[in-house]
Amino acid sequence: MFRKLDTGDEELRFLSRLTQVKGRRTFLTWSGVTIAAVAVGCKADDGLQPSGRSPRGGATEPVDLGTGDFLVLNFAYALEQLEAAFYTQVIASPFSGITDEESSLLDDVRKHELIHRDFFKAALGSSAIPALEVDFTDVDFGSRQSVLETARTFEDLGVSAYNGAGKYLENLDYLLVAGKIVSVEARHAAAIRDLLAPKTAAFAGDDVVDEQGLDVVNTPADVFAAADPFITTEIDGSTLPTT
Amino acid sequence: MDRDKKLILDALENPDGLERAVSRRDAVRGGGMFGVGVALATMPVLLASLTRRAFAQGPLPNSIINPLNLALVLEYLESDFYVAGLAASGLIPSSDRAVFEQVSKHEAAHVVFLESVLGDKKARRPTFDPTGRGAFPDVLTNYQTFLAVSQGLEDTGVRAYKGQAGNVASNDDILTAALRIHSVEARHASEIRRLRGQKGWITGNETDVAALAPTYAGEQNTTHLGIDVAGFEGRDAATEAFDEPLDVEAVLAIAGTFGTGPIS
Repeated sequence: MFRKLDTGDEELRFLSRLTQVKGRRTFLTWSGVTIAAVAVGCKADDGLQPSGRSPRGGATEPVDLGTGDFLVLNFAYALEQLEAAFYTQVIASPFSGITDEESSLLDDVRKHELIHRDFFKAALGSSAIPALEVDFTDVDFGSRQSVLETARTFEDLGVSAYNGAGKYLENLDYLLVAGKIVSVEARHAAAIRDLLAPKTAAFAGDDVVDEQGLDVVNTPADVFAAADPFITTEIDGSTLPTT
Repeated sequence: MDRDKKLILDALENPDGLERAVSRRDAVRGGGMFGVGVALATMPVLLASLTRRAFAQGPLPNSIINPLNLALVLEYLESDFYVAGLAASGLIPSSDRAVFEQVSKHEAAHVVFLESVLGDKKARRPTFDPTGRGAFPDVLTNYQTFLAVSQGLEDTGVRAYKGQAGNVASNDDILTAALRIHSVEARHASEIRRLRGQKGWITGNETDVAALAPTYAGEQNTTHLGIDVAGFEGRDAATEAFDEPLDVEAVLAIAGTFGTGPIS
């Protein structure tokens, strides 16, 4: 039964896309199909919208990040969700030999990422993507090295993401908020790097800061490609800028 | 403080225009620079000329020159500060030297970068006073004082760049470069706090050095885009999770104590 309905769903979405292209005459056909679909038991709000946009959080459709500034903010929200989930796990199952200082520092970072996540959710309101499922099976949470190296990766990725996405924010209030957050991510990155290699050049190492003294930067599409393996929920990243 | 500010203002080419903000992005966005950016990363020998070409296609408007010159003056002060610190015999313990050599390298690179972008529009280099007009008399003989002032300068830098991001946002390449310097300053600030036995972030508007209070004024804010995050994970974490900007006046007031007038 479910399968049958799902199949019907796919067909209807296909028709919906055709509708977009062809206009009013086809729209009438689409309306007729909708009625038929409701008649066989589909919910009326099952994703058939004239805009052709997929419903957020559907079982089969990838998450739609939105457009314009909301695309960038949802992209940031996804990253903050990933980081928040990671540090929640880090604190829930501390690595062996964790010191009080490390525990306190990582718990601070966890709180910051939770705040970033919940801030974006509140700011985006009804435009927010749903809560994402994450997958950390490649992280050994019992191992200090594994946890801190993953943390370093996430923090540097976050810095590079905000640095690369800033130019896509048209609303300067959003740009300012991104600036308020990215420097905290950079503080995290330096502190984590200091835990891995104390009192060395690693906190702002030559692997992330170039010869002009400029920090790491990545395009939204590249950041998404790096983060996606950790996110189980399917996200449509095809609209993210590639430059 | 007004006299100090005046001295720094004199070092800037267009002081009257410093407060001018760009209210919204230019309708036509700059583009097509990415290829040049890639070249910059791979051809260090040609850095200066390529940078100029990438960023100065036609004269930069004052609305962008002024924020960049504000940044340059700060970078001059920071760069001179670390050169003096590294040169001061017995000041920085050998255990911490690698950190300050890295910080110093970056500040010097920021000076070169900003001078290159600004060309003949660059601000004059102020004469440097590491003691902050006597506020920190032992800064080059007492390592704890040196650390405290270092932290203050880096946190001021973070706040200054943050405050100017919107003012350079009409130029994508300059905005991105400014953001990339901004996060490097934040890495520095975090690491220097680590050397002082702290975690790396700013709690409330706290500072353990009274003379640095202006650097942290307003950092206790917890409301962003009209959303108060103080109740999410506690007020301390809420203030730490967001760094705040500083406006031009505040940056000049702080920087002014470390500069003793322009070199003509």
